[in-house]
Amino acid sequence: MKTLITCTVNGEERTALADTRDTLLELLRDRLGLTGAKEGCGNGNCGTCTVLVDGAAVCSCLMLAQEAPGHAIVTIEGLAKGGALHPIQQAIVEIGGTQCGFCTPGIVLSAKALLDANGLPTDAEIRHAIAGNLCRCTGYGKIVEAIHSAAATLGGR
Amino acid sequence: MRDFVYERPQTMAQALTLLTAGDAKVLAGGTDLIAQMREGRRSAGCLVDVKGIGELTRISMLPEGGVAIGAAASAAAVSRSAIAANYPAVAQSARLIGGVQVQNRASLGGNICNGAPSADGVPALVCHAAEARIAGSAGTRQVPLEEIFVGPGKIAIEASELLVSIVLPPPPARSAVAYLRFTPRREMDIAIAGAGTYIRLDQRGVIAEARVALASVAPTPMRAPLAEQRLVGERPTLALLEEVGRRAAHEARPISDTRGSADYRRSLVAVLTMRALGDCCGQLGIDVEATSK
Repeated sequence: MKTLITCTVNGEERTALADTRDTLLELLRDRLGLTGAKEGCGNGNCGTCTVLVDGAAVCSCLMLAQEAPGHAIVTIEGLAKGGALHPIQQAIVEIGGTQCGFCTPGIVLSAKALLDANGLPTDAEIRHAIAGNLCRCTGYGKIVEAIHSAAATLGGR
Repeated sequence: MRDFVYERPQTMAQALTLLTAGDAKVLAGGTDLIAQMREGRRSAGCLVDVKGIGELTRISMLPEGGVAIGAAASAAAVSRSAIAANYPAVAQSARLIGGVQVQNRASLGGNICNGAPSADGVPALVCHAAEARIAGSAGTRQVPLEEIFVGPGKIAIEASELLVSIVLPPPPARSAVAYLRFTPRREMDIAIAGAGTYIRLDQRGVIAEARVALASVAPTPMRAPLAEQRLVGERPTLALLEEVGRRAAHEARPISDTRGSADYRRSLVAVLTMRALGDCCGQLGIDVEATSK
C-alpha cells in the first residue's frame, strides 16, 4: 500500500509517497533522494544509517517512515551551511578520521548529538557515543581525535 | 515483508481494541520488531504504535512511593530520568541495552516482552521487586515481573494484552541493588552472563532480605533462591559473598553456545554475583574486603 508522509527533514517540510512498510531510511534514500545515510546491516548493529530525530541519534533502518510525521529529522545533508562544512565534518577531513567513508555520515551525526548535549566530552564519553557506529577501516583513534578537535572549535559549549 | 496497517492510538482503550482484533503486534521502539519483520522472522497485519499513549511513555513517581515506568519509555529516557537517584541500577542497566542509537528508541517494556534470557534491563528490576502492570479487555492485572517469563522468547502476556508499565516499590531503607554483566566487547554486545543482587540490612547490619537475579544462564531470567537464603541472617563478609556466588553458579542452568560454554557461564555467575553483592555492600558503606583480614 502507498501512503503520503509529511515530516521535517533538514529544516524543510517534505512530503513523499511511500510504501506503508518503508523504514525511515528507505523514505530518506529512495523517496527523498537523500543518500547520505547508508544501509549496512539493516538491524541496528552498524550505525551507518544514523540520523537525528528531534536531536537524538537513531538507526533509521529500525524506524518506520510512518513514525516520522511530527518529528524533525536531520541527515548528513543538513549539516553543511552555505557550502561550509560543519566543524565536525571539517575536523574529520583535516585529521583524517575517514577512509572509505561509508560509516562517516553516521559517525558525524552521532558526534553532533553528543556535542549538542555535552560540549567538552571525555575520551570515554566520545567512545560511548560512537559505540553504535562501526568503522572497519580506520580504527577509531583519529575519529575520536577529530571529535575532540571539533568540540574545541565549537567552543566547548 | 507482508503489508501491514500502522495505527497510532491515543488511548489504552483504542490500543486494546486493535490488539483484540487479532493479527496485531505492539510497536514501541521497534529495534527488535522492525528488524525481525524485515528478516521475515515475525509478521503482523497491524502494528499498534503505543508511543502516543501517555501512560505508556511516562515515568511517574507514585503517590504511595515508588515509581511506574511506562512500558514504551525509551532506555535513554529511563537512564536520564529522576529514578536514577533511587534506582541507580535500573538507570545503569538501561545504558547497557545496545548503543546510543538503540537506547534512544528501544523501550524497557520491549526488552521485557522479547523474553530474551539475556535482557539487561530485567535483573535490576527483579531485584527491586518490580511488578508488571498488564491491561486486557477484562481489566488490568499486576503480577511480579519475574513470573511473566516462560521460555526463550515466550512471555505470559497474551497477544490481546498490553504491558502498560513496570511498577517499582520504594526502595527500603538500608538496601541496595547492583547489576553486572560480562561481555567480550565493552559495548554493543550480548551478555554471556549477568547477575543482579539486592540486599537489605537490619539495624544491626545483618542481612534481612536478599535477591539474586541472573541473566543469560537459563531459558528465562532467573532467581537463585538458595543463594538468597544463604545471605539472610548473616553479616556480609568476603567469604560469605564468595560462597553465595558459588551457590548461584550451582543454581544457574546455562547452555553452551557460540558465546560461551555452560561451565564458563557458571564461573562467570560466581564472580559476577560476588562482585554485585560487593557493589551493594559498597553502596551501604560496608568494606567487605576488610572482613577478610
